[in-house]
Amino acid sequence: MNEGLGYILILTGLCFDIFGCIGLIRLPDVYNRLQATTKCVTLGTCSILLGALVIKGFSVTGIKALLCIIFLLLTAPVAAHALARGAHKSGVKLWEGSVCDQYAEDKK
Amino acid sequence: MKDHKILVWGLLFTGIILALLLITFYPIPSLLKWQSGLLARCFFILMLCFGFCLLRLMVGPTPADRAVAVDTLGILIVGFCALLSIATGRDWYIDIAIAWALQSFIGALALAKYLEGKGFDE
Repeated sequence: MNEGLGYILILTGLCFDIFGCIGLIRLPDVYNRLQATTKCVTLGTCSILLGALVIKGFSVTGIKALLCIIFLLLTAPVAAHALARGAHKSGVKLWEGSVCDQYAEDKK
Repeated sequence: MKDHKILVWGLLFTGIILALLLITFYPIPSLLKWQSGLLARCFFILMLCFGFCLLRLMVGPTPADRAVAVDTLGILIVGFCALLSIATGRDWYIDIAIAWALQSFIGALALAKYLEGKGFDE
């Protein structure tokens, strides 16, 4: 029972991972790619770790997997925000189909 | 000239992806013992994701693209270590996952500082 639920969680996480990586290949812009990979890959990896927690139970491995989930949920958005800010400050242009750029309007 | 280069890289990566899909889903007799588990197929799907990240790392037009690809690769390796911990039954792969997540976070922050064009002590 626990193993089946864990494997379902792991397969869901792998689906999210592969969608995020397809987004990294297909989308036209740095910011679009960052958005796709950060959401999909973070959720996918957290789902894989949650599957490890469900399979192993509350043993040493399970508790460490829970710690790793909390750490990833805290740090991945911060790293993505820092990368987007650095890319905007280094002068990477937006895609020509973009509607608005509120960070550049705000800096003026 | 540039279109020619992109065509060659695209053909190479399509070949690699087709080979990975073949190994993952088609039963080859000499590999059947390794292929029989569900976890082995999970490893092959994750390797497909690694291939996509490495493709963006090679062809990315700006340095920011490459930084995003490296960050994504770091988060994927954390999931890979969790899968290894389940497959082999050893606890310390999760320790490697935690350490890799921390190192990847610090690396991403350093890359963002580098993209802004500032020194590391500001």
